[in-house]
Amino acid sequence: MHTGDLHESSLAQLSRRLRARELSCVELTQTLLDRIRSLDAGINSFITLCPEQALEQARAADRLIERQEGGVLTGIPLAHKDIFCTRGIRTSCASRMLDNFIAPYESTVTARLREAGAINLGKLNMDEFAMGSSNETSFYGPVRNPWDRRRIPGGSSGGSAAAVAARLVPGATGSDTGGSIRQPAALCGVTGLKPTYGRVSRWGMIAFASSMDQAGILARSAEDVALLLGAMAGFDERDATCANRAVPDYLAQLERPLAGLRIGLPKEYFQSAMDAGIAEEVQKALDEYSKLGALVQDISLPHTRYVGTVYSLLASAEASSNLARFDGAHFGYRCKDPQGLEDMYKRSRCEGFGRQVKSRILLGTYALSARNYTSVCLQAQKVRRLILNDFLKVFAEVDLIMTPTIPVPARFLDRSAGPMSPCGDDPFTPAVNLAGLPALSLPVGQVTRLPAGLQLIAPHFHEERLLNAAHQFQKVTDWHRESPPVQQGNGRSAL
Amino acid sequence: MTEERSSTAWEVVIGLEVHVQLACRSKLFSGASTAFGAPPNSQVCAIDMGLPGTLPSVNREAVDMAIRFGLAANARINRTCVFERKNYFYPDLPKGYQTTQLRQPIVGAGFMDVQLDDGSDFRVRIHHAHLEEDAGKSLHDFQVDSTAIDLNRAGMPLLEIVTEPDLRSACQAVAFARQLHALVAGLGICDGHMEQGSLRFDVNVSVRPGGSSSLGTRTETKNLNSFRFMEQAIEQEVRRQINLLERGAAVRQETRLYNGETGQAAALRTKEEAGDYRYFPCPDLLPVRVEQGHIDHLRASLPERPEMRQARLMDKWGLPAAEAALLAEQAATASYFEATAMACDDARLAAQWITGTLARNLKRDKISLQDSPVSAEALGGLLQRVKDNTLSAPLARQVFDALWQGEGSCADDVIASQGLRQVTDESCLERLVEQVLTEHPEQVKNYKAADSARQKKMIGFFVGQAMKTSKGTANPEQLNRWLHKKLS
Repeated sequence: MHTGDLHESSLAQLSRRLRARELSCVELTQTLLDRIRSLDAGINSFITLCPEQALEQARAADRLIERQEGGVLTGIPLAHKDIFCTRGIRTSCASRMLDNFIAPYESTVTARLREAGAINLGKLNMDEFAMGSSNETSFYGPVRNPWDRRRIPGGSSGGSAAAVAARLVPGATGSDTGGSIRQPAALCGVTGLKPTYGRVSRWGMIAFASSMDQAGILARSAEDVALLLGAMAGFDERDATCANRAVPDYLAQLERPLAGLRIGLPKEYFQSAMDAGIAEEVQKALDEYSKLGALVQDISLPHTRYVGTVYSLLASAEASSNLARFDGAHFGYRCKDPQGLEDMYKRSRCEGFGRQVKSRILLGTYALSARNYTSVCLQAQKVRRLILNDFLKVFAEVDLIMTPTIPVPARFLDRSAGPMSPCGDDPFTPAVNLAGLPALSLPVGQVTRLPAGLQLIAPHFHEERLLNAAHQFQKVTDWHRESPPVQQGNGRSAL
Repeated sequence: MTEERSSTAWEVVIGLEVHVQLACRSKLFSGASTAFGAPPNSQVCAIDMGLPGTLPSVNREAVDMAIRFGLAANARINRTCVFERKNYFYPDLPKGYQTTQLRQPIVGAGFMDVQLDDGSDFRVRIHHAHLEEDAGKSLHDFQVDSTAIDLNRAGMPLLEIVTEPDLRSACQAVAFARQLHALVAGLGICDGHMEQGSLRFDVNVSVRPGGSSSLGTRTETKNLNSFRFMEQAIEQEVRRQINLLERGAAVRQETRLYNGETGQAAALRTKEEAGDYRYFPCPDLLPVRVEQGHIDHLRASLPERPEMRQARLMDKWGLPAAEAALLAEQAATASYFEATAMACDDARLAAQWITGTLARNLKRDKISLQDSPVSAEALGGLLQRVKDNTLSAPLARQVFDALWQGEGSCADDVIASQGLRQVTDESCLERLVEQVLTEHPEQVKNYKAADSARQKKMIGFFVGQAMKTSKGTANPEQLNRWLHKKLS
């Protein structure tokens, strides 16, 4: 097979071809590095590229495969959201604050993928400290949607979604605090999984809102996601919130037929204002599931209207504390010529953080103040519990919940439109984080050549159900195989 | 006490917050070492530095130590406790928050009964005790133009014990502090090295008119690390507050520092300047749950508390309170006493020797009881010979010294090899006295010429000579009788 179409291969196909030795890891890695160099200038999905380390890893992988050792991920090139600490490679969180930060340790997610044989091509762009859903808040500039480079890719894992959509990498890691994997996956037409809270270790993943942050995956298909999840998931004693629970064989359950699968459609999500084109694509996808034998019914999640407020209060409260360590004293950005301690704190934080991050720190600090704690934070925690209870109650009657991932297609990049509304670009995704549930977004259609996504939500620790349902859909449809159109870019060559 | 003399019209109210550094091998939330005195920043890992992406894990050894304290202090153990973040900015606090406990601490309400030297006792209620991490240290005189940070102490496991305002004088506060010190050292949860900051006291002091039931405005004097400084700081603060109130001025609620070297105290910050710490449950740590069975297991393995030991020594061996308290302070001393008393079958005699001769020798040679060259069995054997009149008191001390020097494994060996058996044979003693009087005719003449008051002083000379001649073996009472008889 000619290397010209390598980038179109799925991760599962690449794995088979590498192990059949139709292709070397070095060949594959070099092809993708070349592709990134030629195309990414117009997308800006990478913050840091690691060609030397990647080729070194690729050579080692080739030696392993030659000896018929290694596993399914040996030699598979990936890239990581720049929120995962990588030993010896800068981890910026897309912030000026960490522009100079090189962690002396490796995140569990990247370490496990590396141990499984995957190759790290580099670190991917994102919203600063994962705060945002448009990828416009990055210190390294916005990421552009490969389907239309005037538009946002979504966020905060916008670099991950855009890189997978543009076929720069077959899979990427991401993190999801309020929709940061699912929303960009939907806007870029890729498959994105946010696992159950506690399924994947948070060790080495820079915290935004610790009680909701969860590492996950963006790839081209549910099958590829299943391959990667198996390597990432599982107990880690360094994360006290990580579940000590066996990891099932996700691949083994992909082929289960969907006959009799009970799907709930929460009326609160379908009643709200939705782009007509998206509504149509989502309806067609639901019809497809009915054809596959699933039983679709209406359900209600009555506390849905509180999700946005509760999410932004609690996430901001945790963020204000998590980001206190960036003070110029021990690591990260320090202002020039500080005049005493307070000046160092003030200017380092004012200059090191962007506007979105500062606004959330202010909101969170206000919410946590002694005067507001009971009326704001404790109250929000109680409502959070009610939101979880809505889901638990519904899951007694249905196996999966389905909603549009985002009710509109990707909007235009527009800084003046104000990045201040934390829920504006992702109204349908944060409830899952408040409840700690696993959820997946898959491409189910297009509206004027812009992808539409369907969100699947499962009970805690039932990722296999999400992957099974998504895979069965992808077996009978081609939306996940759609590539973005070739566009003239700022880069040396066209996409 | 001073404050009571200065004005009987004022009542002193004191509550303590005690930071006990737990004797864990690693820090509260990381695997870094807790050893004292290492070079700056040599015992720091990425977690202690608060590097982004790192996460804390609770050290269960620290939780167990906190539970052991709670059980020893008659306290409720909360089977679910919650770590919270106390948010504030300071360079020696790398994360920008201290992980501590507020609303659900590991140890709930309890009490300790404290004994004063006069044998009277009083009860101090424990409000609660919680686990928290220590901060690092700012070194302001390390460099001329900047502050250096040592993070070795950052993340050290602390148990903060908070009392109710039940103490009424500096003397009571110190008695409580001493007992607490003995308790945590006895439990093995703290090394007790106060000069290294292993136990630090914050004292909350207020005064109120005698008979009043409402509390006056209090001040908090922080970080006292010796009993003496604590006593001085309280007495000084009480005088200051009474002076203020008697002048018609008001006490400001403030945090104060007391410098033990200079004896000066000064305000650090007022209540208005106190920060809003924005406490909230730490989302990186799930609530810590403790099984009842585990608590029961820890309870069963608790060492006997000093006051329980004291009660037992008084009860079983009939010792007076003060002597029993001395012996009960350390478990090792109490068991040494019990073994000695068992061997000689005389508790009072054993107690006298252990708190007297043995204690003096240990102190003189700077060795601990565990390393004493005279075992409890050897001492018991010696005291048997005192009881059956084989040895006089001076002879017994001689035998003890011989045992201490390793000249024999038991008292009977020493007695035999050095011929130290007490002479009680009347005819021998008569001959001894006659010999002494014959050898000192001048003194005999003087004695006989003196009045009875002077004679009482002069008789000691003849006793001394007789003892010298008999190498201390003469029975002192019988010797005395013969001297009086022959000199009259």
